[in-house]
Amino acid sequence: MSEDAVREKVLAILAELAPEVDVHALRPDVRLRDQMDIDSMDFLNFLIGVDEQLGVDIPEADYPRLATLDAIYRYLQEKLAQKA
Amino acid sequence: MADLVMPVLGADMKAGELVAWLKRPGDRVQKGDVFAEVDTEKAVVEVESMFSGVIERLLLSPGDKVPVGAVMAVVRAEGPEAAAAAAPAVAPPAAAQRLAGPRPTIAPAAAAGRLRVSPVAQKLAEEKGIDLSTVAGTGPGGRVMLRDVEEAATRVVARPAAAAPAPADRALRMRQSIAAAMSRSHREIPHFHVESVIDMSRAIAWLTAENARRPVAERLLYGVLLIKAAALALRKVPEANAVWAGDHVEPKAAVHVGVAIALPGGGLVAPAIHDTDKLSLGELMAKLRDLVQRARAGRLRSSEVSDPTITVTSLGEQGAESVFGLIYPPQVALVGFGRLTERPWVVEGRPELRKVIHASLAADHRALDGYRGSVYLAEVERLLQEPESL
Repeated sequence: MSEDAVREKVLAILAELAPEVDVHALRPDVRLRDQMDIDSMDFLNFLIGVDEQLGVDIPEADYPRLATLDAIYRYLQEKLAQKA
Repeated sequence: MADLVMPVLGADMKAGELVAWLKRPGDRVQKGDVFAEVDTEKAVVEVESMFSGVIERLLLSPGDKVPVGAVMAVVRAEGPEAAAAAAPAVAPPAAAQRLAGPRPTIAPAAAAGRLRVSPVAQKLAEEKGIDLSTVAGTGPGGRVMLRDVEEAATRVVARPAAAAPAPADRALRMRQSIAAAMSRSHREIPHFHVESVIDMSRAIAWLTAENARRPVAERLLYGVLLIKAAALALRKVPEANAVWAGDHVEPKAAVHVGVAIALPGGGLVAPAIHDTDKLSLGELMAKLRDLVQRARAGRLRSSEVSDPTITVTSLGEQGAESVFGLIYPPQVALVGFGRLTERPWVVEGRPELRKVIHASLAADHRALDGYRGSVYLAEVERLLQEPESL
C-alpha cells in the first residue's frame, strides 16, 4: 500500500472517531493528544479501525510509538512492509 | 391493557418531548424493545417498552411535550407483565397534553392511578392547587412524595408571569439539567468522602499480560478493572447500592453501575451497565465500548438512563489525581478514580516505586456511615490486588 493510501486511511479512521475535527488540519509532527480531545477509549477504537482497515494488529507494547501522525505512518509502513 | 408512560430519565426531569414513534398501532413489541424517541433536557433517549404485547394506540404526536408519568401509548399486554399492568382507566387522547399549550385536564382518580402519589402529597397538592401530572415523583417507582409537591409549590410561587423562552441550545440545556441535578444533590444529600491510595502494580501487570494475548478488538482498558471492582465491592457493602426514598434507604438487589461519560459538545451522562457485577471483564469491556459510542452519538436507551444504582467516574486521563464527586440523586454513592501515578511505596519495610491510584467514595450519610464507606474502599483495594478474579 502506498504511503499516501496509508495516510488517507489513517485520517479517515480518525475522522470517523472525531467528526468535529478537521483531520487534514492536524500537524503530523505534534502529539495527537495535544491536538484532539481523545481518551483511551477513542485510542482503542482507532487501533481497532487500523486493524480492520489495514490488517495491522498493534500490540499494547508499541502504543508509545504512536504519539504523532508521522510516527503512526512510519510504524504502519514498517508493519505493512513486513507483512508483504 | 397497559400504559406506556413517559419515564423518568434524569434526576430532575419533569417532562419529555416525543421526537418520533418507532412502532405503529398493531406492531408487536417485546419487553425492552424501543418504541419511541424522547428528547429530555440532556439528550434524545430511546424509550423501551415495559411490556410485551401489541401496540393498541399512540396518544401523542411528535413534538408533544408531556410530563413524566403521562401515558404515551397503550399496549395490549401479554405474558406475566399483563396481570401486573392491570389497567387503570386509559386516559383519553386529550390527556396527551402539550405543556406549552392550555393546561391539561385530567380526572384526579385517573391521574393518581397513573402517577402514584402519596396521600399526604395529594392532599397538599389539592390545597395548593397543583396539577400532579406536572410533578415528577422522586419516591419509589416515581411515586410523588410530599417533598416533590412542596418543591413544586415553591416553583409556582417563584415563576415569573411570562415564562422564559425555552433554551434552544442543546449544550445550554445540558448544562441546565446538570445544574438542576447537582444543585439538588448539594442541597439535599449530606455527603461524606473517604479516600484510599491503592497499589495498582499487580493489576497493571496482569492487564498487560492479559492484553498481550487478546486481539486488539478484545483488549481491556484498565478502567474496566476499576468498574468491576467497584461493582463487586458492593456485595460487601450493599447499602451503597441503593436509592434514597424520602425518609429511608432502599437497597437495590441488582448492581447497575452508571459510568460517567464526557460528551464531545460538553456535559456528561452516566448511563447504566446492567448487572455490572455479573459480567466478565470481556463482556464489561464490550458493553462499555458500545455504551460510550451510543452516549456520544445520542443513542442511549431509557433503562440505561433511569437504572443506575451507583455511579463510577474516572477522571485520571484528564490529569486529576483525586476525585471528590457529588452523588447523582436518588443514588447514595459515587466512586471516583484519579490518575495512575508512580509513587514510592513501602513494601515489607523497603521503599519501592509502585503505580498507584487514588480511589474515593462520596456517600450519602443518611444511607451509610464513614465506617462502612471505609470498608467499601478496602474491599475495592482487596479486589484490585486479585485482578485475575475480577
